[in-house]
Parts: sequence; C-alpha cells; structure tokens
Amino acid sequence: MSWLINLGASTLNRLEMFGRATLMLFGAVVAKPQPLKLIPLTIKQIHVVGVQSLLIIVVSGLFIGMVMSLQGYTILVSYGAEGSLGPMVALSLLRELGPVVTALLFAGRAGSALTAEIGLMKATEQLSSLEMMAVDPLRRVIAPRLWAGIISMPMLALIFSAVGILGGHLVGVDWLGVDSGSYWSIMQATVDWNKDVVNGIIKSVVFAFVITWIATFKGYDSIPTSEGISKATTETVVFSSLAVLGLDFILTALMFGIE
Amino acid sequence: MKSKKAELLVGVFVVLTIAAGLMLALNVANNSMSGSDDTYTLYAKFDNIGGLKVRSAVKVGGVTVGRVDNISLGNTDFTPIVTMSILSEFDQFPETSSVSILTSGLLGEQYIGFQPGFAMEGIESLGQGDYIEDTKSALVLEDLIGQFLFSSNDG
Repeated sequence: MSWLINLGASTLNRLEMFGRATLMLFGAVVAKPQPLKLIPLTIKQIHVVGVQSLLIIVVSGLFIGMVMSLQGYTILVSYGAEGSLGPMVALSLLRELGPVVTALLFAGRAGSALTAEIGLMKATEQLSSLEMMAVDPLRRVIAPRLWAGIISMPMLALIFSAVGILGGHLVGVDWLGVDSGSYWSIMQATVDWNKDVVNGIIKSVVFAFVITWIATFKGYDSIPTSEGISKATTETVVFSSLAVLGLDFILTALMFGIE
Repeated sequence: MKSKKAELLVGVFVVLTIAAGLMLALNVANNSMSGSDDTYTLYAKFDNIGGLKVRSAVKVGGVTVGRVDNISLGNTDFTPIVTMSILSEFDQFPETSSVSILTSGLLGEQYIGFQPGFAMEGIESLGQGDYIEDTKSALVLEDLIGQFLFSSNDG
C-alpha cells in the first residue's frame, strides 16, 4: 500500500514541478514583453552565455572535425572511397554532432552557470529584494537569460559545424592528402541546405530552449542553501543532457527517419 | 565602458555566426537545384529501376539537367513509372530522346542518363507531362552474371 502512496506522491510532485516551470516560462516570456528594457539585458547575457562559450565550442569543434576526418579516412581509404570524406564529415557534423555536442557542452558550460547564478541570487535574497522594489525578477533576471540561451546556442552550433568542417579539411586534405577539390565538391553535391543545414538549426533551437528552460527553472526553484544550489546545478547538467539526447532521437526520427 | 566591450564582443559573435552560416551555405550545401527553379515534368516507364532513388540526378552527357521527383508503380501493367523534373532552360529535347539508368563508377549512386534524339522536322520537342517512350532499364548485376553463366555453358 505504501508504495502506491509513494508513487502517487512522486507523480504529483513531478506534475507540480512541471506546472511551476511552465508558470515561470509564461511569466518570463509571454506576459507583457518590454523589448526596450529586455534587449540591452539580453545582449549582456548573450555575452555571458554565448561569447564566453565560444572558446570551448571552437576548440572542441576543431578537434572533433579532425578526429572524424582521421577515423573516416582510415576506413574509407581501404575501399578507395576517400573522396567521400567531405560529405561524411559534413553530414555527421551538420545533422548530429553540431547540435548535440554543442548542446552538451552548452549545458555544462552555460547551463550550470545560469543555475548557480540564479540559485545564489535566490539564496542571498536578491530576487526577493527585486520584488520589494516592484521589479519582477522573472522579467528582469529570468527572461534575458532565457532569450540569450535560445539565441546564442544555435549560433554556437553553426560555428561548431563550420569549424569542424575546416578541421576535417585540415587533417583530411592538408595532412592525409585527400584531394581538396573532391573534398569540397562531393560535399556540395551531397549536403542539402534545407534537409541538412536547416534541420540541424531546428534541432539546436529546440535543444537551446530545453537547456535554458531547465537551467533557469532549476535555479529559480532551488532550495536556497549551499547544498540546494549544488544539487540544482548537478540536476541541470544531468537533466538537460538526458533531455537533449532523448529529444535528439525523436527529432532525428522525424527529420531523417522516413524518406 | 564595460558594457560597450560586451556589446562589441556580441557583435563579433554575430559576425562569426554569419560567416559560419555563409560558409555552410556557399561552400558546403548545394542549393542550386532548390525548389524555386522553373521546371517541367517528364515521365518514363522502365522495366527495372535498380537502385534509382528520389532526388537522383538526370544527366545529359554528365551535365545535371534535372532530378527524379517521384517513383511509383503503374496500376495496370506493374512497371515502375519515374517522374522527373527538368529545368525549364533545357526545353528543346526532341521526342525521340531516350533515357537509361546508369551507375556513376563501380560503387556509385545510380542516375538517369538522358540521350537527346535527333531533332528533325515533324518531330516535336518534349514538354510538360510527356512520356519518354525509349527507355533502357538498370543493369542488374545478378542478371548479368546469370546471362554470362548461361552463355558460357552453351559454348
């Protein structure tokens, strides 16, 4: 009997949490947007969330492109098909690795920072002081961070893919001696703008939304103690990584699964 | 001053993104055959289409002039019908043209080779919705080997 009670209680808790998260989202995004105040705050947050993640994105994009090129070359060369190295690197970056790896790195680099920042604001009662001054913390603190995350992550994913393709070129063409012309031209013949690039961007927008929503909500909803903040930060990274990987499968099945 | 620096860096970020997007658009993706181009539709019946796929290329002497739009099976005679969309700038192909399914390279993908016929008086050019009568099916390797074994047994 007691497990039934536990099950019911945990289901209710989950539902309540979803309800609070949705309320927070609506309070921050939908209710009475004030673009004049929002835009400067958002630009500042894009600097924190996007620009400061640029280094890790560029470096990992470069190395992932280089590794894929190296691995792909050793397999493709045994079939004499090393001309297909370009499309292999480009398609795997644009369709999967670009959005997914960027999302995972973004969750670790920016998501956790968002949660910790907002959680500490709550613990030090900055959010309550804002409310005392009749400033809505949802709109002043949460909304710019949400928008900044949703805007900057797709940009980071694009940069990741482009840098990865250049990294693949570096290893495949400059080091291993694949023909540069066939690297680019077969890539151009294979990659389709709408099917591959745009679908990748759609994926990264979805991931960005999920990650920043989870990150801001976990911070906003955290227990205002040092232990609670550390738990919230961990949960942000774990939940958003799992959500990204799960959603990625669903999106891939919808986009590329059925011809 | 600090906020100016942040804005500058965000500006750099945006420029970088646009550069990456442009590189993907111009260097990586092919959008020369995207939907906005003017095309007309031709049909062809084959006995066997082999590994032909939707979006395979239609080529005249190696130059891509169109793509395969749709592949379906005829209702009465159970032969595959291939729908091709050809760029409107190539609208002077005579009716006597023939199509065959070819393979690019040994392991490459299959495409439709379009062989323009002779343009003579009294022969109209192909237009929207026409059927190409003269078709050659895909080469199926198993059939070929079978024929070879059959003929070598004979001799």
